[in-house]
Amino acid sequence: MTSMTFGRAINAGLRRAMEQDPRVLIMGEDVGKLGGVFRITDGLQKDFGPLRVVDTPLAESGIMGTAVGLAFRGYRPVVEIQFDGFIYPAFDQIVSQVAKMHYRTRGKVKLPLTIRVPFGGGIGSPEHHSESPEAYFTHTSGLRVISVSNPQDAYTMIQQAIASDDPVLYFEPKRRYHVKGDVDEAAAPQLPMGSARVVSEGSDVTLVAYGPLVPTARDAAVAASDEGVSVEVIDLRSLAPVDFATVEASVRKTGRLVITHEAAQSGGVGAEIAASITERCFDYLEHAPVRVTGFDIPYPPARLESHHLPDLDRILDGVDCVMGRPSSLAGLVSGSAVG
Amino acid sequence: MRIPVSLHIPVRHPENSGSSPIDPYVQLVTPDGVRVPDPLYDRWVEDIDGARLQELYIDMAVIRRIDTEATALQRQGELGLWPPLLGQEAAQIGSVRSLRSSDFVFPSYRENGVAYCRGVAVGELMRTWRGNAGAGWDPYTVNVAPTQVIIGAQALHAAGYAMGITRDGTDDAVISYFGDGATSQGDVSEAMVFAASFNSPVVFFCSNNQWAISEPVTLQAQVPIANRAPGFGIPSIRVDGNDVLAVMAATREALDRARSGNGPTFIEAVTYRMGPHTTADDPTRYRDSAELERWRVKDPLSRLQALLDAMGLFTEEFAAESSRRADAVAAELREACLGMPDPGPADVFAHVYSEPNSWLDRQQEQYSRYLSGFAGEENR
Repeated sequence: MTSMTFGRAINAGLRRAMEQDPRVLIMGEDVGKLGGVFRITDGLQKDFGPLRVVDTPLAESGIMGTAVGLAFRGYRPVVEIQFDGFIYPAFDQIVSQVAKMHYRTRGKVKLPLTIRVPFGGGIGSPEHHSESPEAYFTHTSGLRVISVSNPQDAYTMIQQAIASDDPVLYFEPKRRYHVKGDVDEAAAPQLPMGSARVVSEGSDVTLVAYGPLVPTARDAAVAASDEGVSVEVIDLRSLAPVDFATVEASVRKTGRLVITHEAAQSGGVGAEIAASITERCFDYLEHAPVRVTGFDIPYPPARLESHHLPDLDRILDGVDCVMGRPSSLAGLVSGSAVG
Repeated sequence: MRIPVSLHIPVRHPENSGSSPIDPYVQLVTPDGVRVPDPLYDRWVEDIDGARLQELYIDMAVIRRIDTEATALQRQGELGLWPPLLGQEAAQIGSVRSLRSSDFVFPSYRENGVAYCRGVAVGELMRTWRGNAGAGWDPYTVNVAPTQVIIGAQALHAAGYAMGITRDGTDDAVISYFGDGATSQGDVSEAMVFAASFNSPVVFFCSNNQWAISEPVTLQAQVPIANRAPGFGIPSIRVDGNDVLAVMAATREALDRARSGNGPTFIEAVTYRMGPHTTADDPTRYRDSAELERWRVKDPLSRLQALLDAMGLFTEEFAAESSRRADAVAAELREACLGMPDPGPADVFAHVYSEPNSWLDRQQEQYSRYLSGFAGEENR
């Protein structure tokens, strides 16, 4: 067991994957000598050489498209998209090529790409550096989408993503890069990549979070318990597919569901979870599911982001709502009490 | 050593017939079938004797016949769509017959002649257009990627595959086909940046057939398309795309450059789309018949026929043999197309993922249950 930062854990996972499989390559802007703008690939080019850790031209579609070609040749490229808001030039290659090639070739061509995306806000950045574009990709068949919330998962799941024969988008919460945690580099993975994890048990409310908001959700659960509400926190980990069995089991127990994410609300991951859980265990629900999310706005300037990002108090507001306590959601969510 | 970047646009063959100005290009056989010497490019086709020319002619006749048959099948409702290659036979055959089997091809949707010559079975060639599957063939059995409909996207795949060849240390090469319209796409420019920066063994083969559906090439480029590549640091050549020998010479030179570690080449093959963009298109709405007639006299097959005739090789027996082979392939194609089993409901869900997927498994199970509700209904 070693204590390391979130960013270091991804680095260690990448290193391990590269040691174990010579077909694993890293590609991206500034990933070589610099080690990436977040230093996630620090030292890897020095140890594995420029043919395996490739500084690419500044062209995201180019990076993705050449990664597709390398995968055709049998390589397993790990692509770094420098910031969430820079992924859109690669959108066509991801959606039209990466996601569909296995289906259209009836399984003959596998594209085992891992696409690493530092995402989310909370770091006071200028525009295009704080976005949460995950729903574009969860809506795209043929992709797997995961998001990690702690150093151990960061270490384990980057290796699972690379080992997967399906293309995987790996969303890493950049505002948690410097958080430290224990990482057991020798341990076998506790869970498959597609599984959610119950991170703290509770009996009144199921609170689903992923990526950067998992620590916030855990803090909210502690605060709620001070107010006599027992909150079960689920770290979703996989956003496509969602491990509905785990969420459903929890909601059957608690009867109440709150989902939180930084991404905009409409058409987001929370919408899918609310709809699916309502379909699957409507009879167990004591209250309509509630989403506590970023607003349906372009990511705001840094001095406004604290309004946009769900925090502990906004999550507790959602918890109050599903508990039938007064909340800001009164009159907006079926059955909610007037504040 | 990296060879100096060059742009080979000779001024010797200003073959500007009619009123459509054609910028100069490399030509080894005139439209009348006269072999013209070229001090730079003759050496690349020295081994192409009469027998090889006859083979090239048969290749072109066969793919023209495939094209005619597929067009007929579309008209008869057996194919959803077909993108004719009529007029572009020399560009496809001259290039594909320059490749080794271990080279890899990233085609657009119109390189069906290329795919056929790489060994794709004619039935597989029809699979996409019949609507049975997204892609027709197993790319790894013929080293040809699936047809690409997203314009220019495959140029990047080729550049990436070539990066893989460099890593593997072999002397294989990659060829990426695309049209004049694709050169406006960012992906093609990005592919040239990557290929130049990494000195990758890739040939960018632009079939400039003058039209991107209804848009003339002048909407894509204000200078010959071949002029762009040198700006990326890529040697470039403009070649008569209806001259199979010239196309072969240019492609062989480019492949040799790739194999010897000297990086990418851009080839602009100047040709003409004699037919519609696809069977769904009506070119009479946007281009005049005079233009078509100007290009008809440059037809790649009649040109090679004239050359063979002058060599005494286009005999009655040869003409008959050529037709017989083309007709046999057409018959095989028709039979394979009509005999292709329709995909079933399980194929809807198959191969979306390599690994089990809980979302999709649930939908498939439900849909299967739904369908089973109709079981036996047709017997009632």
